[in-house]
Order: sequence, then C-alpha cells, then structure tokens
Amino acid sequence: MGEKAILYDGSKCTACRGCQAACKQWNDLSGEKTTNRGSYENPADLSVDTWLKMEFKEVSRNGNGSVAWLFNRRSCMHCTDAGCVTVCPTGALYHHELGFVAYDKGLCSGCGYCLEACPFDVPRRSGNTITGAGKMDKCTFCQDRVTQGLEPACVKSCPPGALSFGERGELLTQADKRVRALKAVRDPVTGEALYPNATLYGNTQLDGLHVLYVLPDSIDKYDTLPASPKVSDIVIAWQKYLQPLGYGVVGAVALGLLINYMVARARMIQEKEGK
Amino acid sequence: MTNHWGDVANSDCMLVIGGNPAENHPAAFGHITKALERGATLINVDPRFTRTSAKAHIYGQMRSGTDIAFVGGIIKWVLDDMEKNPGNYNMTYVKKYTNAELKIDPNFQGADELDGLFSGYAGSHNETDNAKRKYNKDTWQYQMITDGNGKVVPDKDETLQDPNCVFQILKQHYARYNADTVCDIIGMPKDIFLKICETYAATSKPGKAGTIMYAMGTTQHTCGTQVVRSYALLQLLLGNIGICGGGVNAMRGESNVQGSTDMCLLAHILPGYLAQPVRTDVDVDTYVSANRPKVAKTSTQTWFNDDSLSLDWWKNYKKYIVSLLAAWYGPDVKNNIDKYFNYLPKVVSWSNHYHIALFEAMYAGNIKGLMCWGQNPAVGGPNANMERKALENLDWLVAVDLWETETAAFWKRPGVNPSDIQTEVFMLPAAASFEKEGSVTNSGRWMQWRYKALNPPGEAEHDLWIINQIMTRVKNLYRTQGGKLAEAIAAVTWDYGDDPDPKQVAREVNGYDLTTGKLVASFGGLKEDGTTSSGNWLYCGSYVEEASLDAFEKAHLNQMFPGPDYIGNRATRRWVVDVANGGYTAADGYREVGLYSYWSWCWPINRRIIYNRAAVDLDGVPWDSEHPVIAWVDGKWVGDVPDGGAAPMNQGGYKAFIMKAEGLGRLFGMERADGPLPEHYEPWESPVDNLMSSQQWDPAFTLWDSPENTRSEATVYPYVCTTYRLVEHWQAGQMTRNLPWLVEMQPEVFVEISEELAAEKGISNGEEAIVENARGSVRAVALVTKRFKPFRMNGRTIHQVGLPWHWGYTGLSTGDSANVLTPHVGDANTMIPEYKAFLCNVRKA
Repeated sequence: MGEKAILYDGSKCTACRGCQAACKQWNDLSGEKTTNRGSYENPADLSVDTWLKMEFKEVSRNGNGSVAWLFNRRSCMHCTDAGCVTVCPTGALYHHELGFVAYDKGLCSGCGYCLEACPFDVPRRSGNTITGAGKMDKCTFCQDRVTQGLEPACVKSCPPGALSFGERGELLTQADKRVRALKAVRDPVTGEALYPNATLYGNTQLDGLHVLYVLPDSIDKYDTLPASPKVSDIVIAWQKYLQPLGYGVVGAVALGLLINYMVARARMIQEKEGK
Repeated sequence: MTNHWGDVANSDCMLVIGGNPAENHPAAFGHITKALERGATLINVDPRFTRTSAKAHIYGQMRSGTDIAFVGGIIKWVLDDMEKNPGNYNMTYVKKYTNAELKIDPNFQGADELDGLFSGYAGSHNETDNAKRKYNKDTWQYQMITDGNGKVVPDKDETLQDPNCVFQILKQHYARYNADTVCDIIGMPKDIFLKICETYAATSKPGKAGTIMYAMGTTQHTCGTQVVRSYALLQLLLGNIGICGGGVNAMRGESNVQGSTDMCLLAHILPGYLAQPVRTDVDVDTYVSANRPKVAKTSTQTWFNDDSLSLDWWKNYKKYIVSLLAAWYGPDVKNNIDKYFNYLPKVVSWSNHYHIALFEAMYAGNIKGLMCWGQNPAVGGPNANMERKALENLDWLVAVDLWETETAAFWKRPGVNPSDIQTEVFMLPAAASFEKEGSVTNSGRWMQWRYKALNPPGEAEHDLWIINQIMTRVKNLYRTQGGKLAEAIAAVTWDYGDDPDPKQVAREVNGYDLTTGKLVASFGGLKEDGTTSSGNWLYCGSYVEEASLDAFEKAHLNQMFPGPDYIGNRATRRWVVDVANGGYTAADGYREVGLYSYWSWCWPINRRIIYNRAAVDLDGVPWDSEHPVIAWVDGKWVGDVPDGGAAPMNQGGYKAFIMKAEGLGRLFGMERADGPLPEHYEPWESPVDNLMSSQQWDPAFTLWDSPENTRSEATVYPYVCTTYRLVEHWQAGQMTRNLPWLVEMQPEVFVEISEELAAEKGISNGEEAIVENARGSVRAVALVTKRFKPFRMNGRTIHQVGLPWHWGYTGLSTGDSANVLTPHVGDANTMIPEYKAFLCNVRKA
C-alpha cells in the first residue's frame, strides 16, 4: 500500500470550516470559549482541543484597492522528516506505514520535546509542566478512520471539494495539474493572469509532507507556511548526540543505583546478621 | 430556480448578485466549483467582499439597494451592443420567445417621460398617502387586434421598429441607464462595471450560457420583485432562459423554503400558487376568471388568450382549485363546488396578512393569539424591538421549536418586567429534521424524501403529529360546540389517525381519482368537476400507482425505490446515474447534462429545467448542441420533460412560454404593482437623492406610520447598513448558537467596517462599537476590514457597514439582534421586509 496524503486546495476552499467542526466531532474535542478578536478566525491558536483550524488573511492586491481573502488550513503536516518523531523519547509519535505521523497517546510521557521540534508549531500539550503529568495532542490523520479505509473526517465534510484524500503520488499529479490550470486562468476582458503565483506546497518540504497544498497565491502570503521548513539543528543534535549520550547518562545512573542498592543491601544483611 | 443546482456546472458565466453562496449555501457551492473547474467565469456583485467574492474572477462592489440601476446599466449596454453587433445575439429568441415585437397602448408613458413614474399613477411624486400609492394599469396593456383568423391577439411589429413595440419602449426606458449615471448611483468603478457588462453579455452567443444566481440580497428591498424582473429581462435578451447553465436561479436559504412556498406558507396564495381568495370571489368561476392569467386587462375589459398557438397552461386553473377543494373536503365537493369554495377563508386583501402587517396588527392590539412555528421573529423580524413589544399584546402565544427561542422567552427579555406581561406562552418541543420522516423541496424544485434517523428527545414530536393533534381537537370542538362558520372546519377531511403517516399526506398532496380511488398519474388527469383531488397540482405525479410508473422505473423497481412501502413515491428515487427522461443514457445519445431524471422527483412533472422550449430553435434543434436540454428527434422530444408536449413551433407547436397567456416571455410586464419595467428608486432610507428621477422611493410599497417605525435621517445616521448571515450560524440562531463548536468559531455579534471609516471614527479592530439608528442600537465587536471600501460616487464618499443578524438574548451565545435596526417597510409586490438597506451611525462604544 502506498503512502496516503490529504490535498488542500486553497483555490477551492471557501473557509466554511466544516472541516474544523468535523475534526472536533469525530475526535470528541470540546468547543473552546472564544471572543471575536476582529476577525472571522477562531480559536486564536491550535490547542489540545483544536487540532485543525482555518486561517483568514486579507491581502491588498495590485495596489489598486482590490483585495484578496486568502484561506489556509493549519494542522499537522505529517512530515516525512518529522522532527517530532525524531525527538519523541517514548515512541508515542511514529511513522505509520501509510506515511503519516501516527500517535499512540498511551505512550506519551508529556515531555513536550515534540513541541520544540515541530517546524510548523503544531503539537500542543495539556497538563502541568512542573509535575510532568501531561499529554501531547495533534491531528492524528484520523488514524482510526484511515486504517479502516475511510477518509479523514475533515475531508469527508468538505462541501466544495477543497480537501481530497488518496495516494500521495496521485494527489501530487492532481495538485500539479490544478496549479497549472490556475496559472492559466485569465481575466475574461483584459487577458491578465489572475493567479500567476499559484503554487504547490508540500511536495518537497521536509522530504515531502503528507498534507499537500494548492495555493492560489505565493507561499510568502501565508504566515504559517515557511517556504523551507527545517527541523532545527538542536533537534538533529538531540537525535545524533544528546539522545545517545542521554541513554548513556540514564545507563550510568541506573548502574549507580544498582551498585548503591547492592551495597546498601549488603550492609542491611550485615547489620541484621550482626544482631 | 428555473434550473437546478447541478445544472450550474453547465454554466459559462455565473453572475452571483444579492447572494453569498459560499457563506449561505456552502454545500451547493460545490456545483459552482465544478463550473469553475470547467473554465466558467464567476462574477460576484455585492456591497462587501465576501467569501464568495474571494472565489470570483470579477468582483464588483455595489451600494446596497441599487441593483436595478446596476442591471439596468447592463441591459442598456446589451441593447446598444445589439445594434452594433447583432450577430452576437440570438435575435430569433428575442423576437419569437419574448414579447419584444408586441405593441403597447400608445397612451403608455414611461419613467423616462414622467420623471420616474409610469402612466396611471394615482398620486404625485413621492406620494405619502397609501391610498394613492398605486397604479391604474390600463395604459400598460397590449394593443389588441383581430388577426386574419378572426382571433383577438396583441398587435406586433416584426421589424421591432414601431415606437410602441416593447423593444423600442425598452430602448427608450433604458436610454438613461448609461454607465456614468449608473456608476454614480451604485458606486462601482466604471472600468469594473464595463468589464462585467462585456463578460456577461458574451453569454448571448448561441452555445454559451449565463446564469444569474441570487438570494435575499436581491429580494429584501422595497423594490425586490423588480430586481428579479430585471434579471429575467436581461436573461431573456441574452437568450439565457430555458437553456442548460442559464436561468434565473433563486438560491433558497433553507432546505425546504421552496417546498414551503409551493405549499403556500405565504399570505397571498394557496398550495400550487393558486391565489388566496378575496371577498369579491363569490363563486369558483368568478375566482378563476379573476385570477387566471390574461393577455390584457383594463378597468373595463379583459382579454383571455385567443391564440391557438399559445398553450396558456393556466387555462386549467379551475381544475386545480376544484381538485384542491376535493383534497380538503372530500368526494362531496363534486355535488356542490361553490358551497365548498365558499368555505375557504376570504380576505379583503392578502396584503393585510403578511409578516409586517400581522405584527402591525399585533402591535395595535388587533391580534390576540399567535402560533409561531419554527420561526423566531423576536430575532428574525424587522424592527425587532417593535415586534417584541407587539408580542406583549397577545393573550396567548404558542411557540413550536427545538429550543426556547427569543420569541418564546420574549416576556423575560432584558429590560422588561415579566409580571407586567400577561401573555400566556405555550412551548411545544418539536422534532429536528433527522428525527422525522417526510419530504423537503430544494432550490431546484427537487422533492427529496428523507427518513427518520433517531427518536426525538423527551416530549418532542414531529410537526405532523402536533398539527394532527391540534386539528383533530379543533375540528371536534367545532363539531360539538359550533362557532363562526363551524361547517367549514367540521367538514374538512381529516383522517390521519393518531400517528399520521407522512406517506399518506404525500399521496393526498399528489391526489386521487375519486371515482376509482387510484392515485392520479399527472396533473393532466385533474378534472374541474370535483371527481379528482390534489393537495397541490404542481406535485401531481410525485406519488403514483405502480401501474403508472414509466418503463424505466418498472424495469428497475427494486433499485429505484427503497422498499415495497415506497413504490410509486418518486421523491424516494435515488438513481445515481445521469440519465434523461425515459432512461436515455450516453449510449442512446444523451449528452449527460446533469438532468439525473431519476434522482428524486421535481415539479412540474419532473421537468428539470423549466421554459425548456426556449432552449431549441423553431425546428426543435438545440441552440447549444453540446448541452442540449431537449431536442426534437425523429418526431419526438428527447432529453428533459419538454414544456408542453407539442411539436416545435415550425411544425405547428406552441409558443415557448406556456405559463403566460400570450405564450411569450414578458420583457414588458403588466402585473406588478410598481411598474411594467424595473426603474431605479432609492431604499426607504438612503444617504442620497435618486439620481435617476425625482421619485425617491418605489412608488407602491405600503408606508407604515406606527410610532416605533421612525425613519432614520441621513443627517443623523449617514451610513448605509445591511444585514447578512454567516456560514457558522443558522437564521435566528437557536440551532447554532447553542452548539459549542459553532459558537467557538463565531462567538459574538460584530460589525464590519472599512479601514477608512474606522480611522475616521477612531475605532480599532476588535474594539466594541455601537451601531444605532432611529429604531435601535446594537453593541458589536468592530471588525475593521479591507473587504468594505467606501463608495466614491457622484463626487461623494459614502460609507457602508454590515452586521450578521443571528444573535439574540437566549442560548449559549447571546448578543444584540441586528434586526432592532431594520425598518418595518416591505417590497411593493411581495411585502418582504427591507432588511438589506437602511441607515445607521457607528461610534466607539
């Protein structure tokens, strides 16, 4: 079975947010208490109760007073080179054979390293940072649905067909075709190209995302889509050096404890026998 | 819709005006997306850049309430272009399918001659006496002559040159609607206006199709009906009516608005668009003759159709009203039709019974009881403060709804003392759509059956169950205790038992042959002698005997219907393959234009695109060979169900528009209250004088002078204001303001303000602002946006703001109702309130 992906076509999206509600419904997430902050966009940020949110951005166009209203889907990108998987010490985050970044919440220790490692700032953590009693949350690619042959809940709900689900390779072809079609759209009177900067996102980033984007405008118009996202050097250092070192430290500590225990035990036995 | 949702995908150019389908028809927007993928152009015209505008190729900003000027400008552009480039237009269509050639009374004078009024007006300019705010339409009529066959028909000029022919009147009327004047009225940059003209007019070429899609932004004006008329006029000139991807398409704002209209939840009609009887209708023949469409009618003379080439479908009017009586009163109707006809309630004028009039009467203390069924006027009604106060005058109020609405809770609303209000309020919990079985009819007239998924909670019941309980008891009370015209109630056929079956009602709506007891197969089988019944003639054919099914249905009986109980109930059909009427597939030459003739059923008689005789030339050959609706092949029609079954016109068949007495699409129409042609007037509240004439407002709507319906003056309230909906909330909000996921997305009422106006008023984005006028005040979050721009028009800058109207004082998310600002005035023809254009002031809270 090949890798699966979600394709988000921003040129078809009307930002109705059926996906945002469907995500909450399927995953049993609470509605958050929000206020209107002078925008259609809400909640303000991703959270343990909001794994997917739509972004709205007003952009002036052509300097002639006309405006564009750009919509964007914000959620886990399910990267191939996934920083979160790299740093996760318990194996709670891992690559599913279908390509996406799966999550086994039972294994999560709540350490929060994945938050730091994500170049898209996606995972969120519940609970108390001091006691460490917490769990991370993010989009699971509707693992429980897709492994049963269903599409993710967001895709299922999308009325204008802006979201598709399928084989990643096929979606890439579809997305590429769509970008070319958008570039060819012209003003019916002046002949001027209407989406000259239309672009595909997610094909190469981090060795390929499992959420692909068709964008009607250039990537720099989208605040939460870095053109070249990178897993930070610290994360790489963590994986290559600190983590092995960490294992060494843990091992040394364990050895020390063992010796300590043995010595203590020997002493206890001696004391007992000496009575 | 003349067409249907799926057909939008066939369009080459979609003009969305007075509507915001991305917001209010989110699922249906997928059909627009399909057309866009095919390469269609989307034009969106709206005061505000909306979610729909975000998907449009051309966005034109237009001040609220100036639609007639805008469309008038396009019509003027088209009429001019027709002279320059006649080859780009379908002149056969214009001449043979519309009344362009027909001559009007030489005494007719137009708005161009009479400074904004038409001949026959009882009052003077800006008349305020309601009794004089009306027209005598004697001069708006065709010149009637006797033709070579001795038939009395309208005179015509086939060269379109006669100054009295409709085409020339049109040119004269629209001569004033030049681009400069129009742009000074509507506030749109001229280059964009001209771009829209050129783009949309290009759909006139045979083989091209343009659709006009509209919603409440079109209708909720004092001149709303005339706005729709202007769309029809433009579409007729461009040959866009009847064809695939064309039409005048009302996007209905609720799943069953079309159905509720068909079934007469309006003051002026009975089911099937039969007129509400009035006092002067002393018997059924008087009623039929008063209401049956005419070719011409003056104060002294009436001309019914005399032309054998016009089918004049409404000549069957009597069959439909008598069959309706038989559905309501049973087989005895045939013995005394007039007795039963006179059981029907008759009104002095239906215009005393629509929403605004009812609340005015309540406010005046003349109405004592109200059943409010799935409606929440305390939030959704215009001038909501006044309407809430009107409710206080009721002795009793029954609210049937899913939740305790603001209307049900009006007696404990903020600012009132419950002990001062004596109204007794009954709340009947109702089942939600998925908790009951029945049919809904969508915008495309498709009657679709749906099933109960689960039981309603607690004591909630199906609406049908509730009305059955009430009517059974009321009928019994009239029978045992008498009352005013008790017989009219006691004689009603009401035999649904304790647990009524929606299928039984659907069969009754279809109708029976009362002699055989069998379901009527189609409205062709209805009779005027009382031996057939039909609860709604338009739905005749929706539920038939198995024997009446067509060959394709019979061949696929088990796949076509969900079970033995449903055989014949065509609303249940779910044939997912696109086949034409008769089961024709691509293999048979059907071009797969999305008719899906065996998915559900649509009125009339499953005709998916109405007026489809206009989609072919006089020989029955489709104008658009790629997207044919119907075609005359080997002596029969293939494709959709043709409008009237007769042969093409060149073979002696009927004229295209069978619902009009003269068989022609009316560019010039005689039936509207406020003029035979759409003329621009300003809304009741406007910041500017009418640039087109001295007549400021539509001359025929009713002016209400109740004390709380004060008009906001532009000197105090200088900004144009409009109201609208959000995709996240539903109507008056009860179904969505109680759902945390939706409240999370749109938690509060807000007002959208341009960056320019916000700067002028010192209001920052996200701050609280007050929107106020002579009738009320709303506290709202200021949403400062690039999507509203000031209008630069006629040397002035005019600001417009807008706010969603979903909020009220009950539920999880509460807030001020925008409708405390809207006025108690309505359209001159339909009386729909002017929700979309009024004045306000905005200030920092």
